[in-house]
Amino acid sequence: MRTVSAIACCSMLIVAGCQREKRDLRPSPARLAIFGDAARESPLRPGGPVEPQPVVTNPYNGSGYDISEGQRLYNWYNCSGCHSQGGGGIGPPLIKTEWIYGGEPENLFDTIVKGRPNGMPSWGGRIPEYQIWQIIAYVRSMNGLQPRSATSGRSDNIQSNPQTIVNRTTGVTK
Amino acid sequence: MNARRAAAALLAWGALLLTGCAGHQQSAVDPGGPQADRIADLFWFFVWPLTAVFVIVLGLTLWSLVRRHRGIEQEPLETTHLPSEKTETKLTRVVTGATIATVLILFVLLISSVLTGKAVADLGQTKNGMVIELTGNQWWWQVQYDNPDTSRVLVTANEIHIPVGRPVMISGRSNDVIHSFWIPNLHGKRDLIPSRVTTEWIEADRPGAFRGQCAEFCGLQHAHMALWVIAEPEAKFDAWLDQQLKPAATPTDPIKQHGEQVFLNNACEFCHSIRGTPAAGQVAPDLTHFGSRRGIAANTLPNSMGNLGGWIVDPQSVKPGNHMATIALKSEDLQPLLEYLESLK
Repeated sequence: MRTVSAIACCSMLIVAGCQREKRDLRPSPARLAIFGDAARESPLRPGGPVEPQPVVTNPYNGSGYDISEGQRLYNWYNCSGCHSQGGGGIGPPLIKTEWIYGGEPENLFDTIVKGRPNGMPSWGGRIPEYQIWQIIAYVRSMNGLQPRSATSGRSDNIQSNPQTIVNRTTGVTK
Repeated sequence: MNARRAAAALLAWGALLLTGCAGHQQSAVDPGGPQADRIADLFWFFVWPLTAVFVIVLGLTLWSLVRRHRGIEQEPLETTHLPSEKTETKLTRVVTGATIATVLILFVLLISSVLTGKAVADLGQTKNGMVIELTGNQWWWQVQYDNPDTSRVLVTANEIHIPVGRPVMISGRSNDVIHSFWIPNLHGKRDLIPSRVTTEWIEADRPGAFRGQCAEFCGLQHAHMALWVIAEPEAKFDAWLDQQLKPAATPTDPIKQHGEQVFLNNACEFCHSIRGTPAAGQVAPDLTHFGSRRGIAANTLPNSMGNLGGWIVDPQSVKPGNHMATIALKSEDLQPLLEYLESLK
């Protein structure tokens, strides 16, 4: 009896694990356009008090497929040009604990959509919203802010740059 | 009589099946070049003796099943089941003969196969070859015509034009996973492997359009990763190359101008490039002369304004899982964009 229930539990776990690979290939139309502010940077607003803002969540949290799509887009849209592979370069590093403009998904969304002073361009109206959320999912995964089960231990792609071949006997690089 | 009739029908059907291969796209027995010729010859050279062997072996098997079992009938099992001296000699002779014949046939096939491989590889010794760099991507082909004069290096996609009678070296790479370049009418397969360069020489000896298809499973849309090799007479090819090297014409009528602006002010230009405009994306097919190409989405659909509209509005319905971004175009922007892209001849 115990074996049976153990097997049942294991299979349920396995079935639940399939969610990680769930691919929502066609983004919902609501995610194609750019909407306004995802986060409020300041409680001060002109024209008196504002209604409470809806809570914004990243639709791609915990989705392995979307995190790896985010990784692809991170390089396609040349985020890596300034932020390197997260270690920073021209732009600040993205693997860190202190964020200048906030590290919550809605803050990152605003940063990408609106741009920030000193060089971060505004990508709003250019990159479709669902891809921005995929990039955010990836950037947060660099900091361990995505479930471990959803993040990949390695890149989905093989290293495709022709690698330097070192002759082991002569030490000559060609 | 019935069995004979069935056998005849089977043979006729088989022959019909084989003739079906000729004169068709993606057929290795309808050669369009010297190497495919050799490969097709080798194929037929294998097919006929092996068919004969197959028929003989099957015939003998059938005969052994239906013939009378004299030995068992004549001598009861308890006493002796050994064949007579005469039968023994006969059997030894037959088995030895069959073994020798098998070895001989396999040896002849081996030699012919090696000779074909050598003949096919010999094209690589030619000096006046043209080099085309072919890069596999999920799920399209980037084609780059190399030239010592860098202003004459051409980057295009999903369509290779080659001059008839001139050897062309396909220098293959991959940007992501292993793909395989295979134009059955011209040559065998060659894998495109990340971090490696693989080469294959092809040559067409008659004008024509030869379809090819990625031949190594490479992900969701492997089945929709096709390319055309179009062989043209030298003069026509040169004219094509000169035309393709030109930057895209600046549109003059307002609708196409609007379309160009739509292209440049959306996500399009992040991935695609159109020479002559600021669009310089490097990760998706070059669209400089998009209107002159046969197909869209790596030849998933024929190139027409309607198909292109469907592809841009909802790429995931045409090729689920592909990497083209779904963008929210305003309805009044779509038609100008289509007109602009199709005008890029």
